[in-house]
Amino acid sequence: MNNNIIILPIIIPMITAVLLIFFNKQEKVQKYLSAVSSVINIGISVFLVHYVHTNGIISLEVGDWKAPFGIVLVADMYAILLVLTANIIVFACLLFSYKIVDYNRSKFFYYSGVMFLLTGVSGAFLTGDLFNLFVFYEVMLMSSYFLIVHGNSKPQLRETIKYILVNVISSALFVISVAFLYAVTGTLNMADLSLRVAELGSSGIIAAISIMYLIVFGLKGAIFPLFFWMPGSYQAPPAAVTALFGALLTKVGVYSITRVFTLIFLQDIAFTHTFIAWLAVLTIIFGVIGAISFSDIKQIVIYNILTGVGVILFGVSTMTESGLEGSVYYMIHDMIIKGLLFLLVGIVFSITGTTNLDKFSGLIKKYPTLGWMFFIAALALAGIPPLSGFIGKLKIVQGGFEQGEFVLAFAVLLSSLLVLYSVMKIFINGFWGEEKIPQVLETSQVKSLYVPAAFLLALSLFYGLGTEFISSYIKQAEQVLLSPDLYIEAVLKE
Amino acid sequence: MEIVTSIVAGILFMTATYLMLSKSLLRIIIGTGLLSHGAHLLILTMGGLKRGTVPLLDEHAASYVDPLPQALILTAIVISFGVTAFFLVLAYRSYQELGTDDMDQLRGNDQK
Amino acid sequence: MKKTGLKTNDLILQTITKIVLFIVIIFSFHLFFAGHNAPGGGFIGGLITSGAIVLLLIAFDVKTVKAILPINYVKVAAFGLLIAILSGIGSFLFGVPFLSHTHGHVHIPVLGDTHLATAVIFDLGVYFVVVGVTMTIIQTIGETE
Repeated sequence: MNNNIIILPIIIPMITAVLLIFFNKQEKVQKYLSAVSSVINIGISVFLVHYVHTNGIISLEVGDWKAPFGIVLVADMYAILLVLTANIIVFACLLFSYKIVDYNRSKFFYYSGVMFLLTGVSGAFLTGDLFNLFVFYEVMLMSSYFLIVHGNSKPQLRETIKYILVNVISSALFVISVAFLYAVTGTLNMADLSLRVAELGSSGIIAAISIMYLIVFGLKGAIFPLFFWMPGSYQAPPAAVTALFGALLTKVGVYSITRVFTLIFLQDIAFTHTFIAWLAVLTIIFGVIGAISFSDIKQIVIYNILTGVGVILFGVSTMTESGLEGSVYYMIHDMIIKGLLFLLVGIVFSITGTTNLDKFSGLIKKYPTLGWMFFIAALALAGIPPLSGFIGKLKIVQGGFEQGEFVLAFAVLLSSLLVLYSVMKIFINGFWGEEKIPQVLETSQVKSLYVPAAFLLALSLFYGLGTEFISSYIKQAEQVLLSPDLYIEAVLKE
Repeated sequence: MEIVTSIVAGILFMTATYLMLSKSLLRIIIGTGLLSHGAHLLILTMGGLKRGTVPLLDEHAASYVDPLPQALILTAIVISFGVTAFFLVLAYRSYQELGTDDMDQLRGNDQK
Repeated sequence: MKKTGLKTNDLILQTITKIVLFIVIIFSFHLFFAGHNAPGGGFIGGLITSGAIVLLLIAFDVKTVKAILPINYVKVAAFGLLIAILSGIGSFLFGVPFLSHTHGHVHIPVLGDTHLATAVIFDLGVYFVVVGVTMTIIQTIGETE
C-alpha cells in the first residue's frame, strides 16, 4: 500500500496558503478557506494517529527514491501526535485571529503566513532526513519572519532584525553541522545515520558533532544559554502570533533535539545526555527567575516557555522509559497550555490595552469567565493534579530518580512551585484587587474571543482527566524513542 | 585541495564574524551572506573533492563526483538567497521607519 | 530614479536593451528546457528571465515597465507554487509515491520524436516562483526610491 497520506498534513496547508494569496482581497474567502482546510487537516491527522496506532510506523519514499538515498517522510506516533496538536493550535489561533486581525492586515497575506508556518512545522515533525529537516526549518522560519514583522510597528521591525540575525546564524551552523556529519558518515537519512554512527562507535568527533546539533536546535528551542533572543522577539508581535510561536516554534527545536538524541547520538550517553540534563535544569532555573521577576504578563508567560522546554528536555535526557514517556506527555500538554495562555494574555490585552500588571487590576468582577479560565490554565501549567501538566511532570521526575539524578529532579519539582507563584501573581494582581481597567472594550466584543481559548482549555482538561484514554498512544510514541530499531526497521525495511 | 578550500571557508567565517560584530546593519547583512557562502563551501569540501564527470544519464566515464553535496548546496543557496533578500527589504523598511541603521540605537525593548 | 538637474542620456542603453532583451529571454528558455539532462533548469532560467526584466527596469523607468508588463509578481510566484504542488499531486492519481516522476518519448507531428519528462512541470513551477519572488523583492526596494 502506498503511504502518500503522510504528505497530506504538509501539502494541504501549503495549497491553502497559495490559494489564499490569490484571494487576498476577499476577507470572507480567507476566513472560510483557512478554517475549512484547518478542520480537514485535523481530521487527517486524527486518522493518521489512528492508522499509526493500529499499523505501526509508516514511511513514504518521496519521488520513489529508495530509502537511504532519497528523502523519506516518517510518521511515527510521536511525530504524528505533535502534528495533530500543532493543527489544533493553529485552528484555535485562526479563530482568535478572525476577531482581532483587521482587513488591512489580512490583505497582506496574514493567513497565508500562518498556513506556511504550519507547513514548515508539520514537515519538520514528519521528515526522516536531516537536510530535509533543515529545509522545513527554513520554511517555518521564513513564515515566522513574515508573521513577526506583520503590522510594521516600530518595535516589531526592531525585534525582527535581531530575530532574523540570530536565526540566520543558527541556520548557517545547521548547514555546517550537516556538512560535518555527511563527511563522517556519508549519509543524511536519520535511520541510516543511526546505523552508521553506531558502527563508528564512541569517538570524539561524533560527540563534538552532536554538541553542534545541540547548539543548532537549542537556538531554535531556546535552551540555556541560547534563549537570549526569545523574550524580545516574542514580545513584539500580537497575541495570536505569539501563541503560534510559543506553542509551535520552540517545540520544533525541542522535538529535533529529542529525535536526534534518541535516534542517532547514542554512543556517549554518559557525556551528552548528562550535559543536556544540566542545560535543561539551568534552562528551568533561568525561566523561573525571569517569570518571577517581570511584572508584564506577556513576559511572564514567555519565560514560562523556557521552563517548559527545560522540563521536556530533562525527561529526554534521562533516557528511561518513564522519563521519555513523561516528556511526550509534557510536550503535548505544553503546546496546548502555552497556546491557551498566550490567547488569554491576548484577551486581557484587548480589554485593557496593556500587558503591564501595574496598570490594571480587578478584572474578575467584570470578566468572571476570563478570570476562572486563567485560573485553571495556571493550575494546569504548574502541574496540579488532576490537570494536564501533572502526569507528564510526575513521569519525568520519576525518570530522574530512576537515573539517580536526585538534585536535578528536585530542581524540576521545585520549579513547579515557582511557576505556580509566577502565574498566581498575575491572577492576584491582575484579576483580584480594586477594579482598575484602563480601556474597557465592549463586553460583547470580548466574549467572542473566549471561544478559541475555551476550546483549548477544554482540550487541556480532557488531556488531563482522560489520561487513561490517551496513555496507549503515548506509550507507543515512547517505545519508538526508547528503541531506535523500530524506527530504523520501518524506514529501511530490512 | 581540501586544505585550501577549508582555509578559504575559514577566512569567510572569520570575515563574516567580523562584519556581523559591527554596528551598521548593512555590514551585518553582508556578514550573514559571507557566513552562508562559507557554509556552502564547507559542504562541498566535506563531500570530498575529486575529478570526475557529472552523474547524469548520458555521460559515461571512469569516475563520477558525489552529486549529493551539490544538491545540498543548491538548496542552501536558494534558501540563503531568499533570507538575504528578505533581510535587505526589512533593513530598508526599518531604516525608513526607525530612521537609523545603527545597531546601537536599536537596542533593548520598550519595557523598563 | 533620483531627481537631479542633469538629464540622463541613456539612448545607447535603451536601444541595446530592445535587442538584447529577446536574446536573454530566449537563452533563459533554452536553459529551462536543457535542465533535464544538462546544466540548467527552472531556477536558473527564472533568474535569467528576471534579469531581463531588471534590464528593462534599468533602461526605462518603473512606470514604463509597469505599462508594458502589468503583472502582479506575488501572484506569479503563487501560481508557480501551485503548479509545483499540483505536479506532485498527480502521483495520488497514479498510486505512486508523492513527487514520483516519469519520462518517455512522444511523437509530436512537427517536432518529431520528442523526449518529455514530468519533472518539467515541476520545473515550470520553480521557474514562475523564481521570477515572481525575485521581481517582488526588486520592486519592493526599487519602487519606493
